[in-house]
Amino acid sequence: MRLRAPRNRVPGRAIGWWSVQSALFALPLPLTFAILWASIPPTRELFMWFTLISLVPGLLYMAVMPFWRYRVHRWEVTDEAVYAASGWLWQQWRVVPLSRVQTVDTLRGPLQQLFGLSGISVTTASSSAVHIKGLDQKAGDELVAYLTRATQAVPGDAA
Amino acid sequence: MTSHDALPRTARAAVSHGRGRLSGRLVLVNLSIPAAPVALILAGLLVTGGETNLQVLITLGSLLLACLVVCGISLARWLTTRYRLTAERFELRSGLFLRSRRTIPINRIRAVDLTANPVHRIFGLTTLRIDADGQGAPAGRGLRLDGLTKADAAELRRLIIERRDRDHARNAADGDGLVSELDRSWIRYAPLTVWGVGSVLAGAGSVYRTLHEMKIDPLELGVVQDLVSRFGSVPLWYGVLLATLAVAALGVACSTATFIESWSGYELRRTEGGVLRIRRGLLATRSVTIEEDRLRGVELIEPIPLRWAKGAKLNAVAGGLGDREENRRRRALTPPIPRDEALRVAAEVLPDAVSPEERNLLTRDGLAPHPRAALRRRINRALTAAIAIAAVPVGLGLWLDPALVTIGWITGLALAAALTALAYDAYRTLGHAVRGRYLAIAGGAFAHRTVVLRREGIIGWNITRSPFQRRAGLLTLGATVSAGDGVYKVRDVSVARGLALAEAAVPGMLAPFLERDPAAGR
Repeated sequence: MRLRAPRNRVPGRAIGWWSVQSALFALPLPLTFAILWASIPPTRELFMWFTLISLVPGLLYMAVMPFWRYRVHRWEVTDEAVYAASGWLWQQWRVVPLSRVQTVDTLRGPLQQLFGLSGISVTTASSSAVHIKGLDQKAGDELVAYLTRATQAVPGDAA
Repeated sequence: MTSHDALPRTARAAVSHGRGRLSGRLVLVNLSIPAAPVALILAGLLVTGGETNLQVLITLGSLLLACLVVCGISLARWLTTRYRLTAERFELRSGLFLRSRRTIPINRIRAVDLTANPVHRIFGLTTLRIDADGQGAPAGRGLRLDGLTKADAAELRRLIIERRDRDHARNAADGDGLVSELDRSWIRYAPLTVWGVGSVLAGAGSVYRTLHEMKIDPLELGVVQDLVSRFGSVPLWYGVLLATLAVAALGVACSTATFIESWSGYELRRTEGGVLRIRRGLLATRSVTIEEDRLRGVELIEPIPLRWAKGAKLNAVAGGLGDREENRRRRALTPPIPRDEALRVAAEVLPDAVSPEERNLLTRDGLAPHPRAALRRRINRALTAAIAIAAVPVGLGLWLDPALVTIGWITGLALAAALTALAYDAYRTLGHAVRGRYLAIAGGAFAHRTVVLRREGIIGWNITRSPFQRRAGLLTLGATVSAGDGVYKVRDVSVARGLALAEAAVPGMLAPFLERDPAAGR
């Protein structure tokens, strides 16, 4: 037996979003070193190495993470449950029955808005929530509407 | 000493009508808050003989200011807080500028607990805490009334419970169903709680930092200088040995003192209404109430020194104990006690454990072992840690002093042996089983943890796989529950076994997302 992947992929635009995100995370440090390298001539050699050492893993991360994430991130909602997969190196799959869902929240960061994306978090009585990030905005709104209706329809104490 | 339910003779008439305010003695408690920095300033002036510098003054001055603000806020709270208990609800009004009014319907109240910290106890005050069900706004979930007199609090608690149980036709009688109470011989387990030594080191650290902040270097104090000149000539190993022994002795004293403070007067009762009540504490008395409906299971914890003495602690996995931090403080069902006693308490606490396999919920026999790949993973981790730690002295040694290289090698080998043994032990601890209405999970290296969860309490699955786990065909299965830590993990189980376990524990939840593995053919 094995776990099958959820049926729906996130839109391809999500790759762009993750690329920008990874760039914002990986580039500031090498950039700082590069500025220091350019502006303080006596320490040229030292800062050249610092720049390279911080730049190479960052570039690798930027090249690999978005595409890998795109392969992994998937979601699915059935009549009974929400099922979502996320992560890239460390991956997770989460299942929550609709009868246990307490709240459904939408969160759109500025970057996500730029790419027309949307994120949803589904909370239960447990302290951990299921997040589906990088959804198409319209699909996200529909999903929230569906989940809100479904959680009202499915009997359950949600406790 | 702390019989909360005895009818207080001096209870004011107002309380018995279910309305009242906080005790006037709270003013005295509040005045004691700025007393500490004032005392510090005076002490500082005395020690330095009237001379002082600006930094110390600024630090202490701002501390005093902060304390005065706190004091003012709580005085305002005392003046403005009013509560009222009607037949249907409990109301609390408070606030000077920001008026707030909070209402809790009586029938949603889950528990009413009384706690008292040492300062409160000096003045005969307690804190009443109401836990309630409720979704949405945190106001619906519970509130604290800080600073009632003991008699008022006990009376109010009795009234609330009485009114709530009137509808439920519950038996509010207390005093029956003693599950466990303090046995003085348990104090032998007190020194075995590891963090005694840690607390000594932390305490020394914070004393040093406080002195440093006040510009006093402890190494230059007269007493220390005298000690150094007298004992400065002893050999290094002797000094190290002595220091270690002193820290260990202090640690033992600390953890024994903590044990006595936290667990004096401990008793665990089960009342007929289906409520567990734990009472304990010497200086600060605590009382925790756990509804059996919200008890999702129990957790047996055996940290290393305690395990060697065949001791264990028992925690509740229950909802409604507050956030993560509060849950950690309130979840204890027993102090460190003999393992057999802990098992007995566990069996009595779980109400519906009736079938024979449910009686022995926490035993290790019959737990399914995990695949060998889980052992490889643990040994790899142990060796990586040993190499990483040994690499520091070896690296420094290559650079500075060859003697360090030898020390590095010896440390590395010793660590590798010890950690591998630990890894093997951790692997043998891993196990899982479905036992009647419960799911049992065991694991842990330094502390063995055995959790049993009520299967109907599992409200979702959370499966994680690291790159190594994917290569080795393993997964970590997390059962989410609305209680305790939120997620309880079955670590490093094979994919097929893990998914089958999830299906066996909660049939149907994972089934729509499973498929037969075409490669394995079964």
